[in-house]
Formats: sequence, C-alpha cells, structure tokens
Amino acid sequence: MRSICFYFQVHQPYRLKPYRFFDIGDDHYYWDDFLNRSVIRKIAQKCYLPMNSLLLDLIHQYPGQFKVTFSFSGTFMDQLEAYAPDVLESFQRLVKTGQVELLSETYGHALAALKSKDEFSSMVDQHREKIQALFDGYTPKVFRNTELIYSDQIGAMVADMGYKGILTEGAKHVLGWKSPNYVYHNSIKPDLKVLLKNFRLSDDIAFRFSNKTWEDYPLTTDKFINWINAIPKSEQVLNLFMDYETFGEHQWAETGIFEFMKALPGAVFNQTDFGFSTPSEIIDQVSPISAIHVPTPISWADEERDLTAWLGNDLQDEAFDRLYDLENMVKKTKDPDLLRDWNYLQTSDHFYYMCTKFFSDGDIHSYFSPYDTPYDAFINYMNVLSDFVLRVKEKLKEPAIA
Amino acid sequence: MFGWEFPPHISGGLGTACYGLVKGLAHHNQDIIFVVPKLWGDEEPLARFVNASDVAIDYKERKFKKIWKNLTYLEVSSFLVPYLGPEEYKKFTDYAIHDRADVDDSIFSPKYQFSGKYGKNLMEEVSRYALTGAQIARDRDDFDIIHAHDWLSFPAGIAAKEISGKPLVAHVHATEFDRSGKSVNQPVYDIERAGMEAADHVLAVSQLTKNTIVTKYGIPEEKVSVLHNAVLDASIIKSKYDKKVPEKIVTFLGRITFQKGPEYFVEAAKKVLDRDPNVRFVMAGSGDLLNRMIDRVAELRIASKFHFTGFLKGDDVDHMYAISDVYVMPSVSEPFGISPLEAVRHNTPVIISKQSGVAEVLVNAIKIDFWDIDSMADSIFALLHYNGISRMFKEMGSQELKKLKWEHVAAKLVTVYEKTISARP
Repeated sequence: MRSICFYFQVHQPYRLKPYRFFDIGDDHYYWDDFLNRSVIRKIAQKCYLPMNSLLLDLIHQYPGQFKVTFSFSGTFMDQLEAYAPDVLESFQRLVKTGQVELLSETYGHALAALKSKDEFSSMVDQHREKIQALFDGYTPKVFRNTELIYSDQIGAMVADMGYKGILTEGAKHVLGWKSPNYVYHNSIKPDLKVLLKNFRLSDDIAFRFSNKTWEDYPLTTDKFINWINAIPKSEQVLNLFMDYETFGEHQWAETGIFEFMKALPGAVFNQTDFGFSTPSEIIDQVSPISAIHVPTPISWADEERDLTAWLGNDLQDEAFDRLYDLENMVKKTKDPDLLRDWNYLQTSDHFYYMCTKFFSDGDIHSYFSPYDTPYDAFINYMNVLSDFVLRVKEKLKEPAIA
Repeated sequence: MFGWEFPPHISGGLGTACYGLVKGLAHHNQDIIFVVPKLWGDEEPLARFVNASDVAIDYKERKFKKIWKNLTYLEVSSFLVPYLGPEEYKKFTDYAIHDRADVDDSIFSPKYQFSGKYGKNLMEEVSRYALTGAQIARDRDDFDIIHAHDWLSFPAGIAAKEISGKPLVAHVHATEFDRSGKSVNQPVYDIERAGMEAADHVLAVSQLTKNTIVTKYGIPEEKVSVLHNAVLDASIIKSKYDKKVPEKIVTFLGRITFQKGPEYFVEAAKKVLDRDPNVRFVMAGSGDLLNRMIDRVAELRIASKFHFTGFLKGDDVDHMYAISDVYVMPSVSEPFGISPLEAVRHNTPVIISKQSGVAEVLVNAIKIDFWDIDSMADSIFALLHYNGISRMFKEMGSQELKKLKWEHVAAKLVTVYEKTISARP
C-alpha cells in the first residue's frame, strides 16, 4: 500500500505590542495580549475547533486507517493554555486516538538552527518536554524545523539529537528531475530519513483551493483523486504538508474546504491504492531511494523556497544578529522571565514582518503581518530588543551588588 | 496682515511665527487686522481677525477680473508647501485650474469655503485668497500698511496693494530654495518673486534668507531687512519626565526630509557609536526619507542604539527634549529653525548647522557645516563627555533666550513700517 502523509503545522507567534522609544527602560512587558488572544479565539472558531471535530469523526469512521500528523510550536501551546483550553482539550482528544502523530520542533518557532547549535538543541528539548507534559508523556520521534528549513548540516544536527526522520520542502531547485514521492536520506548522516513535501498537490489545497483564476478551479475530490492516481506506481509516498489554518482560515468554510476534506479519505480508500500513514510509519516501512543533497538551506516559503522571507535584507540581518549576540548573556542570567522573552523574541514571524520582498511580490506577507510596513516592524522590534538588553545587563549586574 | 494659519490650528512654523509677531505688535499697541483663509473661533483675540471664508466678492468690480487674469496657476507637488504635515505628504496631481469650468465657477461664487490647509486645492485657495484680499482692501480703509506672510498670501498682498494703493511688506519665512533644494518649482518661485518685487519692503527671517533673496530673486539689498524670529516664552522648562535608559540620548527632531539633513545625523551617529557605545540616538519625526534612514541604520548595524519614534506631537515633543542630552539640527537649509531654541528651554545643549538662520542669533551652541559629519560626531562626543561645555551652554542658554523676545522683534518691525510708510510719495 502506498501512503498519503498529511502533516499540519499549527503555530501562532506572540505578537509584540506597539512599543515606543519612550517605553525603553520603563515597560518590560512586550506582548500584545489583546491581539494575540483575539487571533487565537478567532481561528479557534473558524478552524481549530471545527477541523479538529471533523478529523475526530474521520478517525472514528476509519479506525486504524485514517491518520494525520501535527506539529505544534511552543508559542502556540502556551497561547492555547492561556486563551483556548477548549482547543487544547480537543487536540488532546485527537492525540489519544493513537491515529495522530506529533512532531518535534523548536519551542519558539525559531531560526536558531541557522545560528546556534546550543540554542537550537535547547529549544528542541524544551519543546519535547512541553509535548510530554500536555499529551500524556507523548515523545515525538520525527523532527520538523521551523518553516521546514533544512540543509545537510541541519539534518546532521537533528540526527545527532536522536531523531530518525525529518520533514522538509520538496524544493524544485534541490530535486531537479527527482520526485518528492520517495523517502530520501541525509547526505551526511544516512540514518536520518528525509520526507519531502509534494508542493504541487499540497499547495493545490493550501493556496489554490479557492482561487477562481486557477484553471483547475474548483478543486473537487474527484479531480484530486485523479491526480493522485496519476502518480507513477513506483512512487511510494505523497506528502501533503500545510498550515493547519488552511482549513477555515486561509480557505474559508464557504469555499467548501471542509466538505472536501470530509470526502477525501473515503475516496482515497475506495478509488486509489493509497492509504494514510504518519511520518514514523513511513520511515519504518519505506526504504530510502538515495541521498538528498542540500548544501544551502531551503524552506517552504514563497516562490524561491529559500530563507529570504526571514533573513537577508539589512533590517532582518541587523535584528537577527543583535538578538543572537545576547545568547550567552541571557543564558547566564538563568532568569525564567528573561528566558521566556528570549524564547518568544526568536520566533521567525518577527523577521517575516520585516521582509521587504512584498513591495514587489507576495501579498501573502502583508496578509500575515500586523504592521503597515516592514520598517514599522523593525522599529518596534528593535525598541523591544533594546529594553530586553537593558534587563539582561541589569540582571547580570545583580550578584556583584549583593 | 495676510497669513495662512494661526494658532491653535497650525500645521507648522508659519502660524507660530505669525502668532509671536502679532503678540509682540500688540505689546506695542499696534492695531492689526489679521486675515486667514479659515477662522476656527478659538484664536486668541490679539488682532481683529477676518475670516476670508466669510468675505463675499463683488464681481461688478472690474479690477478683480484683471487680478484674476494676472494670477499664475501651477501644479502642486510635494515640496511646494512650506510646513507640510506628514499626513499630507502626497504627490498631488496636475492642476490646471484655468481650464476647468467648475473651478472657475467655484472661485467666482460670491463666497468660498477655504480649508486653510496645505491640501490638493492649495492653488485654487491661494488664487481665491487673492480675490478676498482685493475685496477687503476695497471694503475698508482703516489700515496704513499691508503685511503678507510667505508666498501663499503674496497674491493677496499684491491685490490689496493694487486696490488700495497702500504700501506692501512681503515677509519671507522660507523660500522655494529651502523647500526644494535644486528642483525648484518654477510657478512658486514666480509668485515669490512677484511678491517681493511688488513689495515696498521685504522682510527675511535671517541673514541667510536675505542672501537668498538678494542673489536668487534679484531683490536689491537695501530693500530687504532681517527680522529674526523669537521665542514666545523664554522661561526654562522644568520637565516632569525622567530618562528611563542609562545611556545618554542624542536627538534629531523634525521632518525627515532633504531640507533637514537627516542622513548626516545618521552618519555622525555611526562615528560616535564606534567610539562610545553608551549612547542612544533618536530620530523623531516623519517624512519622505524616513524609510531610507531606517535602511541605512540597519545597514550600518547600529539599530540597537538608533531609534525612530515616528511623528511626535504635544506632550511627546516636550518629553523628547527633556530626556535628550544633546540636540542636533543638521539642516541643509533652514531659513530660521525654532526647534533648537525649544531644546535650550529644556536645558539641552544644541548643535546646529551653519546653514540655519537660528545660528545667527544663538551664540551658545556648537555650529557646524551640515555636511561635516566628522565635526558633528566630534561635537556630539564632546558635549556628552566634557561636562564643562554642556554646563556652560546650559547656564548661558537661558540668559540668551531672554534676549530673544517677540517684543524686541516687533519693535524693530514697527520701525520698518514707519520707514516704509514715510518713504511713500
């Protein structure tokens, strides 16, 4: 049996409140509680609650057969505890069925893998502990890095941390003529299996589903089943990776996305030779076809599938470098409040808001940003960071005074 | 007196200067009729105010048509306006008033509702304001001299002079060269020049501005007097604000536009920070160069010590002055520049460019060429580290302010009025 692997990313950042120069040194609370709460509550109603209940029904309808995979960022789980315990419970119910796999990632949905191995592995540890605490001691076995960022080096780091598999983008410029529908392995540590997103079929659902100018609009289950059946018989896996907010939030309920998902599993079972598996199962059952070489990092973002959504312009690089300048000092403080803020400040979204690419393309960036311009995002972030630096320095001075 | 705005409803320095001047003149028992395009009703009763929006034009007066025909019409572009608020920073579209029947109709209606702002109908308003000036001059005879502030009201001043035969004083607060640098808007220049030529006497807010008037507008030197601005209140402000950061703060406060020289401040900041990281730089304000400045600050990797506040108003402006250790005004071209005097009132030492009019009256300040970033960085460093200079500036600054009163300015103005009136045949 061939396998479809549905993986849903569930992440929300802690967005910063408008933080002015005058607040530096005075106001040490950075988060926009009202905005963050409203976003979680809104998406809970539009996506998390209805989609969780739909998935639970499907799992009950196809016991042992229909399976999905989630990755929750730590910032998301923290916000569920604070603002949406009902959503947390419904995720816990899903995990209890045994037909849901959870992945490891960095707690802060951070870009630490690109900068500091120490911080990266410490964040992964924190994340694992959080998953264990919220989901009855569940321990993830497969890793997914922030925004599916992957390179040979990052893969090797993840292998060293004991993971047997990792998910990433099936980027065209990496694959060339190769198909994403096989299992590959890391080119440095062959024990680490690599699962690649089939971006065409994933994005048909995630991005194009309601696009009326798309030649294949409207996307029906039948049409999608035909595409699945067109996959050559030798190709073993179909990785459909997407943001969970696709369902009900990016694609509204009115587009028919829920009906599409409700009908899909039955159609897959009846009309194709595919079933549903989780990454762990695929990694155990399917042997890798070859190594995949990714010398420079790839991601699942934008047309370029590179890092330019978060890093590369002067605003982003300046903010990113100043943030990681602090790593050693912050760790020395051992102060829980500082460590928490340090964690949340690393979230990739802050750097995404500073992206200037959308001046030319990608209105998707402005859709996700609470700021009017990347410049506003940068100023606000740097003001907060300036206050954070003062607090860290102050904290490190304390023992000397005592 | 023809103005364009009057406190409390102002968007820039012109209204403040008019207010100070009127207040000073009132001190010398001068009787002033002050015309503005739009009155709000809460102006301080220092003069007999005339709301141009209330003036009905009598079209039987044939001279009016002639005035109208002689007016110059222009396209409004973003640098046109002297004291433009940030929200008005748009590129306006071509505006050929003459060809548009609807505009002609509206301007030739008996009454016209002015906005009194610097909006996209600016040229229409300037033209209509000229007609109002003519009407007022025809209606009343209780004045001896006409005083027009900046090019916006020059056409009104010219018209009033033509109708009444009374002498005209053209007061230049800023020239088109200050506003636009090299890309001078020709029609605005033409209005400025026509106003100064038609005037019996010209007032410049600084020697710097006088030089521009003489060299760029060809006005004879002896026809131009320098009348520096002053401060409304010379008292030292004891602020309620405390600084919350341990570092010293160096501030730029103003519109972030070519005229104000923000890029030199950024470059100087980099030089200072290389030597002394315990300083924070603040650029307060908004303008068309803001994003370019943010880019440059990020590129220089100084963003954790260089902050942007956006446009500040009211209390925040006081707050900013109060927590600053050094105030820098690196203007490329500043006819006067009142903000360093505000900084002095907050006991903040100032660095000002030699290319500003205020440098002519403020002795206790460091004066540099706007382009000389080495010298600017040196001065910032010195004021931050050598307490002797900054202490001296603080002590002397308050003494100096006391000399810069509008009463003194008004006294000088009264002499100019008297001379101008007596010079008339």
